[in-house]
Amino acid sequence: MAKGIYNWIDERLDITPMWRDVADHEVPEHVNPAHHFSAFVYCFGGLTFFITVIQILSGMFLTMYYVPDIINAYASVEFLQTKVAFGQIVRGMHHWGASLVIVMMFLHTLRVFFTGSYKAPREMNWVVGVLILFVMLGLGFTGYLLPWDNKAYFATKVGMQIADSVPVIGPYVKELLQGGTIVGAQTLSRFFALHVFFLPAGLLALLGGHFFMIRKQGISGPL
Amino acid sequence: MAKGVEHRMSNHNEHEKKGNARKEMTRRQFLAYTLGGTTAFMAGGAALPMIRFAVNPLLEKKEKGSFIKVVEESKITNEPQEFSFQLHQVDGWYESEAKLSAYISKGEDGKIFALSPICQHLGCTIGWNNDKNFPNEYHCPCHGAHYTKDGKNLAVAPRPLKEYQMKIENGFIYLGDLVDNTRVK
Repeated sequence: MAKGIYNWIDERLDITPMWRDVADHEVPEHVNPAHHFSAFVYCFGGLTFFITVIQILSGMFLTMYYVPDIINAYASVEFLQTKVAFGQIVRGMHHWGASLVIVMMFLHTLRVFFTGSYKAPREMNWVVGVLILFVMLGLGFTGYLLPWDNKAYFATKVGMQIADSVPVIGPYVKELLQGGTIVGAQTLSRFFALHVFFLPAGLLALLGGHFFMIRKQGISGPL
Repeated sequence: MAKGVEHRMSNHNEHEKKGNARKEMTRRQFLAYTLGGTTAFMAGGAALPMIRFAVNPLLEKKEKGSFIKVVEESKITNEPQEFSFQLHQVDGWYESEAKLSAYISKGEDGKIFALSPICQHLGCTIGWNNDKNFPNEYHCPCHGAHYTKDGKNLAVAPRPLKEYQMKIENGFIYLGDLVDNTRVK
């Protein structure tokens, strides 16, 4: 049945070469944990992506209940957490996944660093990777405010003071991020927009570049 | 395909014909099933909570409406009158007092009944005697649907007006959930 549908589409659109090009590639021995167990360090990049997918999915589902408004934000989070079935699980996935992404990304960076994989001709991929790191930190910072509880509010206050301390442009950056002169209603809706639209869009574009380059250049050789 | 393999496969087929050998699974098939099964299990573990989370409104127990005190029985006349009352509504994290209204009157049979003012055509609000072309009828200003005093649909609307469940206690009228009109078909 599934095969029949696949063949029907393939006859018309010739999709086999497309996915072959994406999925069918050799995994060299030195990155295969089945050959050398220590090669598991090469999994951290993939794990980062796996958790990112979980973050995107759980985040999409959370927005079914969450509202980015200072009156209702906390109440909506409390509602989805306590009244909706599996609310604790779905929000828990997003909460713990957020930290885990950073951990995995850090381990991935260490692996790339200590295997010297950033060296020519892969310098551009290192740069894109660092940009991904910044976008991820941005996602963490903006997401932290959304429950609109005390921790969220004061963490954002601190973040704003840090932005403010930048020479010359600091006060302007702070006001731009806040969307006003205080951390308030406009900050919350601004952070929500950044968290669910702007930063994920940037992240997906950067990930596309990251994956394109690794497929084009291949995994760096053994030590 | 190597000759040896072909040979073995034909042997295998012969066994099958005799029916004394089980169909053997290839290593490739075994790996495909175990890896596919594990992947499906893990994907399900991540996806099912999210899906259950999303469909929660469908599986929530609906609160059976309680009866709300609306008006004294003695105020009801043969002429329908509009009475409004408040329903405490819990909508997720938002609680409010929803304003509802009902047209209450005494029928030909002397029984009191309460009709919903929501037009059964497309949900606008009807009024009693509010159009001079339709005297002593409920009329909807949106698309001209009109109804008899009992709520029977005369034009445009496909169904009669809904009726409130009602009880009378200690001289007061209490209204409950909306039900299909019991007075007309």
